[in-house]
Amino acid sequence: MDTGIGAAVTRKEDFRFLTGQGSYTDDISRPNQVHAVFVRSVMAHANLRSVDAGAARAMPGVVAVFTGDDLEGVGGVPCGFAPDGGPMNEPPRPVLAQGKVRFVGDMIAMVIAETPEQARDAAEAVYVDYDELPAVVSMEAAMADGAPTLHDLDDNSCFSWGIGDAEATDAAFAEAEHVTTLELVNNRKCPNAIEPRAAIGEFDTAHDSYTLYTTSQNPHVIRLLMGAFVLGIPEHKLRVVSPDVGGGFGSKIPHYPEEIAVTWAGKQVGRPVKWTAERAESFLSDTHGRDHITRVDLASTSDGKFLGLRVHTQANMGAYLSTFGPLIPTYLYGTLLAGLYTTPAIRCTVDGVFTNTAPVDAERGAGRPEATFLLERVVEMAGRELGIDPVEIRRRNFIPPDAFPYQTPVIVQYDSGNYGPVLDRASDLADYAGFAQRREEAAGRGRLRGIGFAAYVEACGMAPSQIAGIIGARAGLYEAAQVRVHPTGSVTVYTGSHSHGQGHETTFAQIVADRLGVPFENVDVVHGDTDQIPFGMGTYGSRSLAVGGSAISKALDKIVAKGKKIAAHALEAGESDIDFTSGEFRVRGTDKSVGFGDVALSAYVPHNYPLEELEPGLDEGAFYDPANFTFPAGCHICEVEVDPETGQAQIVNWNAVDDFGKVVNPMIVDGQVHGGIAHGVGQALLENCAYDQESGQLLSGSLTDYCIPRADDLPSFCIETTETPCPHNPLGVKGCGEAGAIAAPAALINAITDAIGVAHVDMPATPEKVWAALQSAQGE
Amino acid sequence: MYEFNYRRANSVFDAVESSARAEDASYLAGGMTLIPVLKFRLAGPSDVIDLAGLSELKGIRSEDGAVVIGAMTTHSEVAGSAEVRQAIPALGDLAESIGDPQVRNRGTIGGSIANADPAADYPAAVVGLGATVHTNSRAIGADDFFTGMFETALEPGELVTSVSFPVPDRAAYMKFPNPASRYAIVGVMVSQGNGGTRVAVTGAGGSVFRVPEMEQALVSNFSPEAVAGISVSADGLNEDIHASAEYRAHLVTVMARRAVAAAG
Repeated sequence: MDTGIGAAVTRKEDFRFLTGQGSYTDDISRPNQVHAVFVRSVMAHANLRSVDAGAARAMPGVVAVFTGDDLEGVGGVPCGFAPDGGPMNEPPRPVLAQGKVRFVGDMIAMVIAETPEQARDAAEAVYVDYDELPAVVSMEAAMADGAPTLHDLDDNSCFSWGIGDAEATDAAFAEAEHVTTLELVNNRKCPNAIEPRAAIGEFDTAHDSYTLYTTSQNPHVIRLLMGAFVLGIPEHKLRVVSPDVGGGFGSKIPHYPEEIAVTWAGKQVGRPVKWTAERAESFLSDTHGRDHITRVDLASTSDGKFLGLRVHTQANMGAYLSTFGPLIPTYLYGTLLAGLYTTPAIRCTVDGVFTNTAPVDAERGAGRPEATFLLERVVEMAGRELGIDPVEIRRRNFIPPDAFPYQTPVIVQYDSGNYGPVLDRASDLADYAGFAQRREEAAGRGRLRGIGFAAYVEACGMAPSQIAGIIGARAGLYEAAQVRVHPTGSVTVYTGSHSHGQGHETTFAQIVADRLGVPFENVDVVHGDTDQIPFGMGTYGSRSLAVGGSAISKALDKIVAKGKKIAAHALEAGESDIDFTSGEFRVRGTDKSVGFGDVALSAYVPHNYPLEELEPGLDEGAFYDPANFTFPAGCHICEVEVDPETGQAQIVNWNAVDDFGKVVNPMIVDGQVHGGIAHGVGQALLENCAYDQESGQLLSGSLTDYCIPRADDLPSFCIETTETPCPHNPLGVKGCGEAGAIAAPAALINAITDAIGVAHVDMPATPEKVWAALQSAQGE
Repeated sequence: MYEFNYRRANSVFDAVESSARAEDASYLAGGMTLIPVLKFRLAGPSDVIDLAGLSELKGIRSEDGAVVIGAMTTHSEVAGSAEVRQAIPALGDLAESIGDPQVRNRGTIGGSIANADPAADYPAAVVGLGATVHTNSRAIGADDFFTGMFETALEPGELVTSVSFPVPDRAAYMKFPNPASRYAIVGVMVSQGNGGTRVAVTGAGGSVFRVPEMEQALVSNFSPEAVAGISVSADGLNEDIHASAEYRAHLVTVMARRAVAAAG
């Protein structure tokens, strides 16, 4: 069986997952551990007159109760990004509330007991005396004159940021023959990883060192943030382990206060402290995603040539700045507003706003779905207003294939792309030509059928560290890998990427098997442990293969180079005469060869070995800092049928063509695209993270009220890939994990609005919203 | 959850006796509501009396023109019952529309109607088919059983033992589900038979209710057109993040019309 690059290898990790043998944080029990429960604010905005833990401390099994007073000296939760380095209002976020709470779910006290139930009982006995303050729940309320302020600031503004040339954009609008305007809401989402967050903090007195087990997408980042910026623990005294993690979708990127609390408390109580969120707690306290209010204007000629784009967005930060909160609606958003088009002038301004809601951070796509949604909606609207077919208006504005590398007006430079064939192929797959007939047939059944397009480009593989630094990231964004060839030729790969559903253990092993010619099953991939992995920036932004995989590729280069030296010695040939293919080192033009396994053995049993020139061993590490982002692109086409009596939209067809560059495992890529589309469908049709606008209570705080998509909400997908290799990374790969979530919302809303003949419906397009839109359209 | 005493009843008599002795007992049927409520610490009964072992409360039988379903019969058993499918297909359809497979394999008809969730499906069947609810002490007519949101005519400790559904000439259930919970945003059962003509609505109001205007219209003309122009007032209907009262009122007419069409 082919297990190399391009083969649809069955996932290595699935055996343990499907047989219940995965080891998630909650599966880990440390000797003598105790259990933490957090007392969370039931109010959105209140001063705390007092927090009385006396009764709780006397409850059965209680080991300790900590409040904000106990953690006074502990640093706050840090933020990892300020757009352009600032200015940005960056109010402190205490681990446990210091006199004030700012959202429902804000942590007030930590109760530690012998059992989780005892901790829950005692948590109810912590008496919190709230002095309720008026809450600002919506961004409109937060920015109103005289609005109550969350923090010790003049108002609830976090930052005001802009990108693109305002003057050039104004000039473009001045000469425009047509302007299309859209005001939209990009709805707030709860990411809802299937595994709730969990953490265990442990202090080892013998070695004066800490261990944190946590559900993180990036354990080294947590080690750095918590060690350096919060608890003052040097790296060599802090181990962070992220074992099997059951989904992240961005919500497990940030550094959370619970991680700090259990690590700190582990030392205080002298026992491992374990916390596992309940689902209701996840809804309240995981970071949420999206939550924009946007106005977009698109200037064009009367024949649909785009001249300028102007975007203004208010982005909800929630009550505090999460680790990458300010990055998402700025540099991961405004830089993608060129889309696939040659729009010459673009200006985007974004205001970050504090509200009495859970902090907002990355969620699958993170900024790029928001950019794609507004762009592909306004493009579709412009086509309708100008009477230009949706395929045609896109084609007229595509960046032509000979224009790459293409410098956009919003900083980023696209490395490669060929958009026309993607759109054509997707249109063929979708039988766009036959749509009119399908619409007619549906009308005969009393159904309104619509078709919607979304062409997207995204920036993945983040990021060149120097660019990241310039735009305001307080970190580098390279990746690290170590390839350890064992004496008998089996291989362990240590990667700084983190797999929480992406299948890295398979994909990365394929790269190694392909490159070294060793059996796939002889390669294991290790991730998620700062004591085992040299370093790592983790997994998000579809970066793992492009950056982490490239680091592995670089380490493999070093393995092969050293192997050639060893082989040259063994074969008594010059190093430059050695070729390495299919696991054999061969003297070029001869039949003299030595296998990879023999070379590995020789490296560890160096009897016949050039010891004077070469160290023994075959174990190489690499750091890879990307030269640019990667730019996957694609086109998704959705068809819906709307029941005009109920407003229920049913997805009946989904066709997509994506260009992810080189594909290592097409089965895993298909799965990522399927999951991404489901994610986007959830946002566009089902998922509504709703707070009560007065009280700030979360109204959608359980799975009976918050609807995540299920199999019967989705059609069978028809998806293909094309391959324009990334020119600047060694694997030619681009990234695929977020594409579906980026493309799907616009495709779906374009289809629904096409079906019912209205300009716009906000997400989620619930049956009632669609029905109401139909009612008002019929009333006109 | 809070601590409670657990008792597995060995007979209906034992269950009722145990309940009477306890300070504040809850019967545990399928547990589809009670268990989450306990886990959320929204209830703290002193005793939980598990009815799972009571085979006398399980089963489906035909009897004098009615289908009698034991209180501990699961939704999937009702949905899969040949007797139900043959006599009252609408009841099988309704049972099959409840929740998801896990819920249908655990949840019971007795538990559902005793809980009287305003968005549950079975109340529409009980009222829409004119059923009789049998308890350990008496028989309660459908129209008297549901008294409000999560409220029934059951006395404290009174235990539903079975529900008897008269076989109608025709009936159908149409449901517009909440996409998250799959409870009914609006569900309408219509039926016609010896017991008269009934239109019962669940999900829309605080408790299941009948629509007399529709019923009267159907008596003389059992056709979709007869109810298409009849709407219920939105006043007092449920309103939440999933649907406004106006939308629910609109759906009552749409679902009723479709149910009539399906009932033929």
